[in-house]
Amino acid sequence: MESVEALIAEWRAYVAGARGVNGRDVDELEDHLRHQIAELNAAGLTDDEGFLIAVKRLGDVDGLSREFAREHSGRLWKQLLVSGDDEPARASSSWFEPLAFAVAAAVAIQVARLAAGFPDEEPTWLARNATLFVLPFLAAYFARQRQLDIRHWVLTAVPFGLAALVVNLYPWDADSATEALVIAHLPVVLWFAVAFPYMGGTIRSHERRMDFVRFTGEWFIYYVLIALGGGVLMGLTAAILEPAGIDVEQVAAWVLPSGAAGGVIVAAWLVESKQRVVENMAPVLTMLFTPLFAVMLACAVVVYAATGLGDAFDRELVSVFDALLVVVLALVLYGMSARDPSTSSPGWMDGIQLVAVVSALVLDLMVLGSMIARIGDLGFTPNRTAAVGLNLVLLVNLAGAAWLSARFLTRRSSLHRLERWQTSYLPVFALWAATVVVILPLLFGFT
Amino acid sequence: MHIDKDLVAASATPLVLAILAEGESYGYAILKRVRALSGGELEWTDGMLYPLLHRLRRLGYVTTEWRAPPEGRRRKYYAITDEGRAALADQQQQWVAVTRALKDVWPGSGGVLAALGEA
Repeated sequence: MESVEALIAEWRAYVAGARGVNGRDVDELEDHLRHQIAELNAAGLTDDEGFLIAVKRLGDVDGLSREFAREHSGRLWKQLLVSGDDEPARASSSWFEPLAFAVAAAVAIQVARLAAGFPDEEPTWLARNATLFVLPFLAAYFARQRQLDIRHWVLTAVPFGLAALVVNLYPWDADSATEALVIAHLPVVLWFAVAFPYMGGTIRSHERRMDFVRFTGEWFIYYVLIALGGGVLMGLTAAILEPAGIDVEQVAAWVLPSGAAGGVIVAAWLVESKQRVVENMAPVLTMLFTPLFAVMLACAVVVYAATGLGDAFDRELVSVFDALLVVVLALVLYGMSARDPSTSSPGWMDGIQLVAVVSALVLDLMVLGSMIARIGDLGFTPNRTAAVGLNLVLLVNLAGAAWLSARFLTRRSSLHRLERWQTSYLPVFALWAATVVVILPLLFGFT
Repeated sequence: MHIDKDLVAASATPLVLAILAEGESYGYAILKRVRALSGGELEWTDGMLYPLLHRLRRLGYVTTEWRAPPEGRRRKYYAITDEGRAALADQQQQWVAVTRALKDVWPGSGGVLAALGEA
């Protein structure tokens, strides 16, 4: 019996090292293996023979690991990036290509800056187009990484081309509200356009959509870190060079836009290639901040329920509220995407998420009520329309999420339903942002 | 008789759900039941059952529980949920439709397929 135990231990260690397979899975497979060996023993085979046949019947570890990895893409992403047959291979060691794209974005933004005479002049076309100088490079980077064919390259380019036409051909009034709205919404539209090459064109796949959500969260964290580091570097550079009589302002005007543009692509590359780093950090940050936001939201609900909204609800406060709601939604979405798929029963974090979602829902209802009253008094303006639209879009999402997570917590529905709700809803956000960019200016005559 | 691997894969989900509909079970027992039901003709790679079971759990069709008997090793039991039963009923309709269509177009092979339809 000694030898078969040693064999099983060795087999166990080998299987545990495979992608997509975790300790619990190995326990289950080992149970299976032992059953099979016992049965073969009973049929007259020796332990060793039984072991060999049982292992053979379980199938080769590569194939098994691929099946597990496909099922647990979340877990897989923790272990390492796919390079199976049907997945495009990602050469994580190649730093040259992302760097080239980052430099291209940095140069493009410089060309635009020089053409506009920034920072002495700030023509609004520069603000309108800013993301169009950066995100196409990110999209192209992913299109190359995923080895898309010509048709998918064209499909990737279409939204960017349309956006460029809309943003530059519409007759914008100087400093109009619709233009400000476009400046705020176009980055969202283009970010969703990046999703297409990111997902390798498989935009219907809910798993891929969840991957994109996770990518967005991790990209954001990397970008903030890069920005912080860049800020420290710039500050120190200024402190060192200023006494030598070099005009630091001038240098900053060059470095800052290029750094900000290039950072977008470098952050994306880091998420892809150094996933292990961020995947340890991002869920921890989410775990840390979701409860804090839940408490804050619950307090806000209590305060505003007690004091009433009143006149305190001006335009600025509405945008603060909307920003808050978007952050909460982002936290909830990211928390969901980074969830360990092996624990599919509700835990305390799910309860906290529900508190956050329900509080956000109540706040959203208050904001909506107050805004509809304002519109009743003062009529529609571009800003109010955009705000009401955003709040309605959020309201439906939060209501669905609250309902499904309550059912999940009471074990009447699966987590899968909740995830499906969120991934199915993602296009609504994209469509709404696109509506604000394309249709709203037409409706309000570019005022 | 060798059964095509696509067909094996397609029948795996309804088969496992149907076995779990008979009562909760665990991996090895499910596989033995598959062998017994098909008279050994459905050749599964044993290990592939587990990713399938995990998928069914993610979809909410089955629930799982680790249990340790007083003597012996911990074992993971699977039980079908209401959603799983609904999915099974749906799959059954699909398979009945497929078998009916095949029976109509294959004259003379009605015996086997009729038996399948009644089962």
